This record gives sequence, structure tokens and C-alpha cells, in this order.
Amino acid sequence: MKLTVNGETREIAGTESLNIDETLVTLKVADPLYVTVELNGTILEREAFGTTQVKDGDVLEFLYFMGGGGQ
Amino acid sequence: MLVIPKNILDALIAHGRAGFPLETCGILSGNGGVVSEFHPMTNVDQSRVHFLMEPREQFAVAKELRVKGKEMLAVYHTHPDTPARPSAEDIRLAKAPGVSTVILSLAGPAPDLKSFRIFDGVSTPEPIDVPGAGE
Repeated sequence: MKLTVNGETREIAGTESLNIDETLVTLKVADPLYVTVELNGTILEREAFGTTQVKDGDVLEFLYFMGGGGQ
Repeated sequence: MLVIPKNILDALIAHGRAGFPLETCGILSGNGGVVSEFHPMTNVDQSRVHFLMEPREQFAVAKELRVKGKEMLAVYHTHPDTPARPSAEDIRLAKAPGVSTVILSLAGPAPDLKSFRIFDGVSTPEPIDVPGAGE
């Protein structure tokens, strides 16, 4: 399937659908537990990563959760 | 080396002071280590000891930078009550590759800004150059 990932076309061979967790692993995203994902313009809850399917033509954006603190 | 023009440094300090005593946060963008834009962000934690950037704002800035051909150079946040050094949480959560961690401390009589490169749990100070400072 062909996806648009952070503005770039990426092809994942051999499958027509993966869930978000599987997609992040397949795309070799480092530290996938620390990313926020937007699929086709909708930000996903982390709890939905295992059940939300990505399919051909989808637009996926991910970025690292940015937080911290003084203590 | 991170180059932050004086006008952007002033905007960043003003943002930090306006949000005090809560932590404020934002993104510094530009090219080749030279900051050209400051993107103030909402701290959804609304806390004086934590920050978490609003994800919708983060995605909007990431897409805007892509269109403009700019890089996310640094994530900035304030420490209202503590020095400008990364906390254990700052180090643990610094995951974005190649993005500096800029901390502005407002704990002393004058603002103190420092930058760090954090990789794999190790924090290294990074020099900051402010062209126009002192003029």
C-alpha cells in the first residue's frame, strides 16, 4: 500500500492494511511510544493505535510528543 | 551552535514572562542552525513544573515548516523556579532527532537562556549566539 507519511510518499510492500502500531514499526519509527499520530487529519488517541487500520492512500503524520518540566 | 537573533530572543523572553509563573513552551525554526521564527505554543499542562505542547498546534507548525522549507531547530520551554538545565523529565522526553532543547530560566534576577543537545539520555550544552545583543 502507498501512504503519505509526513508529506512524503512511502510504500509498504506485501500488505493492504496495518494498524497504527504495526505501521510505525514497519516505517522504523524510533521510540514509537513517544509519538503522536494524525491519520487523515484526525489526531488519534494512543489507545486506538492497535485498532485503527491504515490503508492505501491514507495520509499519516507523526511527531514526537514534546514535553518536560523544571522538576 | 544555535543562532538566535535578538528580536526572537526578546519575543521568547516576553512569552515566558507573560506566562509566568506557569511554564511556557514553543518551537524555534529556521535553517542551518540559524533561527528565523519563533512559534509560541500552548502548554496544555498549565503547570509551573511541567509542559506538554498542544498536539494540534504541533502538527500545524510541522506542516507549515514543511511548506516553507524550514527545519524545527529547537523546542523551548521555561523553568519558572529552577535553573536553565534539563530536568530528568526533559532528558527522558527529548526524542525528536536533531532538535535542540532550549531552556529559559526565570528563577533569577535576569533571564538565563541555555541550549542543549540531548541524545539517548545524554545532555550536552550547546553554545548560543545572539547577533545584535548588546547593540
